[in-house]
Amino acid sequence: MSLGPYASFIVTSYALVAAIVLMLIVWIAIDYRNQKERLRELEASGVVRRSGRQATEI
Amino acid sequence: MTLIDLANPTKFLSLTARVLPWLAGATTILLLIGLYQAATAPDDYQQGATVKIMFIHVPNAWLSMFVWGVMSIAALGTLVWRHPLADVAAKAAAPIGAAFTFLALVTGSLWGRPMWGTYWEWDARLTSVLILFLMYLGLMALWRAVDDPSRAARAAAVLTLVGALNLPIIKFSVDWWNTLHQPAAVLRMGGTSLDKAFLIPLLVMALGFSLLFVTLHIAAMRNEILRRRVRSLQMMQASQQAA
Repeated sequence: MSLGPYASFIVTSYALVAAIVLMLIVWIAIDYRNQKERLRELEASGVVRRSGRQATEI
Repeated sequence: MTLIDLANPTKFLSLTARVLPWLAGATTILLLIGLYQAATAPDDYQQGATVKIMFIHVPNAWLSMFVWGVMSIAALGTLVWRHPLADVAAKAAAPIGAAFTFLALVTGSLWGRPMWGTYWEWDARLTSVLILFLMYLGLMALWRAVDDPSRAARAAAVLTLVGALNLPIIKFSVDWWNTLHQPAAVLRMGGTSLDKAFLIPLLVMALGFSLLFVTLHIAAMRNEILRRRVRSLQMMQASQQAA
C-alpha cells in the first residue's frame, strides 16, 4: 500500500484518531474504577442506600 | 425488561453489565473491517491516497452533529418529561461529542492542507463546526461549575436546545454560502455521488464509529449513575455524622 507524497498527513490523521479514542476508553475505564472504589469505601464505613442495599450492589 | 424499566437507574446498570461486552466486541469487529477496507480502497483520481482521510473524517463529522442531536433529545427529556436518566445521558455524551468534533476539525485540517493548500479557512462550514466544539466545551464547563446535578441539568438542557440551532447551519452551510468545503456527497437529494469503492468502506467506518459512540456513551452513563450514588451516600453519611 503506497500512500504517496502526502503519507504524513494520512498517517498523522489515523494516529490521532486512534490516540483520542484510546484516551476516551482509558478515561472512562479509570473513572469507573474510581467510582467503584469510592462506593467500596462508603460501604466499608457502614453507609447503606435508602433501599437497604449495599453501596456497590447493582 | 421493558423500555419504561430503563428509567430506573438500577435496572439500567444491570442492563449495561450485560450489553457492554457485546457492544465492545461488535464495535471492534466493525472498525477492524472498516480499517481493512479503508486501507485497500483505491486512490481517488484527483486526491490520490489522501482520500483515505475521508474514512475517518466524515464519520467523526457526522457523529459530532449526531451526538448534539442525542443531547438535544435528552434535554427535552429533562425539561419536558423529567426522565431520571435524561440529564445523565446528556452529561455523559458531551465529552464524547467534543472528542468527535475535535477529531473532525483536526482530520479535516490535515486533509485540507494537501488538497486546499491551507490548514484552516474561516468559511461557513469550518467556523460553524468550531462553534459546535466550543459549545461542547462550554456545556462541560457548565456541568462542572454547578454542584447540584439537577440544577446543572436544567441550565445545560436550555443551552443544549439553543445550541441545536447550529446543527442545520452546519449541515446546509455548504449550500447557503460559498465555502472551500465540498458539498454533501452521501446524504443529499438525488442520492450519493460517491463510487461504491469509497462508499462501502465509509459506511462501514461510520457504523463502527456509531457503535463506538453507543458503547462509550452507555459506559459513561454507568459511571455518572455511580458518581451520583457516591454523592447521595456521602450526603447521607454527612447527615448521619451531624445528627
